[in-house]
Amino acid sequence: MPNLGAGPKLSASRLKKFFYSSKTAPYLFVSPFILSFLIFFLYPSISTIIMSFQEVLGFSATRFIGFSNYNRLLNEHFFNALQTNTTFTLSTLMILIPLPLLFAVLLNSKLMKGKNFFRAVIFVPALTSVIVAGVAFRLMFGELDTAFVNSIFLKIGLPAQKWTLNYATGMLVMVILAAWRFAGINMIYYLSGLQNIPEELYESADIDGANTFTKLRMITLPLLKPIIIYTLTIGIFDGYRMFGESYVYWNEGMPGDIGLTIVRYIYQQAFQRNDMGLGSAIGITLLVIVLVINLIQLKCFGLFKKDGER
Amino acid sequence: MNANHKRSLLTVLMIVSFIIVSLIVLFPLYYMLMASFKSSRELFRNGLDLGIRLDLMNLENYRLLFLGQGSIYLYWYFNSLCITFLYTIGALFFSSLVGYGLGAYDFKGKNVIFTMVLFVMMIPLEILILPLYKLIIKLGIINTYFGVILPFTVSPMAIFFFRQYTSGLSKEFMDAGRIDGCTEFGIFFKIMAPLMKPAFGAMTILLAMQNWNSFIWPLIVLRTNTMFTLPIGLASLMSPYGNNYDMLIAGAVLAVIPIIILFVFYQRAFISGLSSGGVKG
Repeated sequence: MPNLGAGPKLSASRLKKFFYSSKTAPYLFVSPFILSFLIFFLYPSISTIIMSFQEVLGFSATRFIGFSNYNRLLNEHFFNALQTNTTFTLSTLMILIPLPLLFAVLLNSKLMKGKNFFRAVIFVPALTSVIVAGVAFRLMFGELDTAFVNSIFLKIGLPAQKWTLNYATGMLVMVILAAWRFAGINMIYYLSGLQNIPEELYESADIDGANTFTKLRMITLPLLKPIIIYTLTIGIFDGYRMFGESYVYWNEGMPGDIGLTIVRYIYQQAFQRNDMGLGSAIGITLLVIVLVINLIQLKCFGLFKKDGER
Repeated sequence: MNANHKRSLLTVLMIVSFIIVSLIVLFPLYYMLMASFKSSRELFRNGLDLGIRLDLMNLENYRLLFLGQGSIYLYWYFNSLCITFLYTIGALFFSSLVGYGLGAYDFKGKNVIFTMVLFVMMIPLEILILPLYKLIIKLGIINTYFGVILPFTVSPMAIFFFRQYTSGLSKEFMDAGRIDGCTEFGIFFKIMAPLMKPAFGAMTILLAMQNWNSFIWPLIVLRTNTMFTLPIGLASLMSPYGNNYDMLIAGAVLAVIPIIILFVFYQRAFISGLSSGGVKG
């Protein structure tokens, strides 16, 4: 019976080969992603697309209803949410691109002292959750005359505000909260970009007699462009999926649609009103919006050119 | 001399402006800390009363959190710690494996997989919460730690980062390992992973921070209040009928502390790791 041991022996050496092979190993390394992609991304994506064309009655009872979920989206609330997200995104970008860039340039300057300390301090807000930070901001922007910001307003002769009861001031408190939390993150991105710019470029510019602003305009900004585009993309992405900033200031009982955002609308329709079909349709619309804006934006900045041309 | 003067004046000016910026940035946290020692009534008496006033301040809010009607807070704290710990360990493990696989090897289909990673990064996960919710129910892990963790453990952001980092590492170490008779996994665990330490440092902070603060997904998965994480629990204290500000603020203060401690420990690794991994647009 010479063959008796051959089976296990063969598989053992196969197994050995398998673990020693640099051909098969990479597939094992990436397999967690493939699994997670299939189960937690692809399957849900397909299922949400299907659901957006269905009326979801119970947990499993569904009925195809064509585009009517999308038709139902053409309502005032959805457009209000869309407008809120757009205003929010544009306003946060107007703060979160230039200000962190300024901080980064100054903190990268040779003249500056205590760089690490200031870097860390400006980053600290990013560690707080939107709820925790929101608690502090809610309190500071309270409605009473004795709340912190209103006290200051009254002191300098401005009228006290009911911050969360007006659309404009409501938007303002959301933007301030987001700007406070995210400025440090963008600053770190810019700093890492700045540290990759070779010092010689500035030295040769010095020899040519360039002043600080010329150097900033001709060297720093062009070389930081990829990072600026990155922060812009992330900013648009985060702006359109905003949820916490609204949740922390308003409960369901928000006046009008102040604070109603697209994701909030998904949450409201799908989980609070159990309208999963409409929730999915909002989700797909959000996806299309984010992808289209980012594609336009990337195209405008020429990111589709070959790497060398950037 | 004159130029030197100008330079040191500029330095002083810059330092002063950054001190002002820092004070503004830290103010909300200071405000929260001071508020946590006051009763609601005291809190709304004078909004500009910001100093340390030992006669008006006490630890009553904190006592309530631990011993009083808010003692459920301890469950939230425990849940948050467990979930963040499990998630961070899992995400570091799986994402570094995948990132390393993509960065260190050449194999068929590599670009397709990397494109898939980038694609997932570009999709707002909020659009998937509905089908994921149904899936989690089907898997029977609704209202559990695993329900919160599982769908996001293999993090495309971390994969991307580890991939960037490992593609910059020298492949000669891998060949040396092969000559010494290591398996491919042995090479990863014994040789390459230690070389990726700065990347692990940066990602520990980023993943832990993301998970500790995550809100919308736990809000959907966790159904009973003893299972809540800190953000969900705190949000549940905010009701339309007046807020429990005393406990809310003390709870918020304590909720920031672990992540700040982590940041202080990992700060150097975090910032240098982030810059060396290179966030390339």
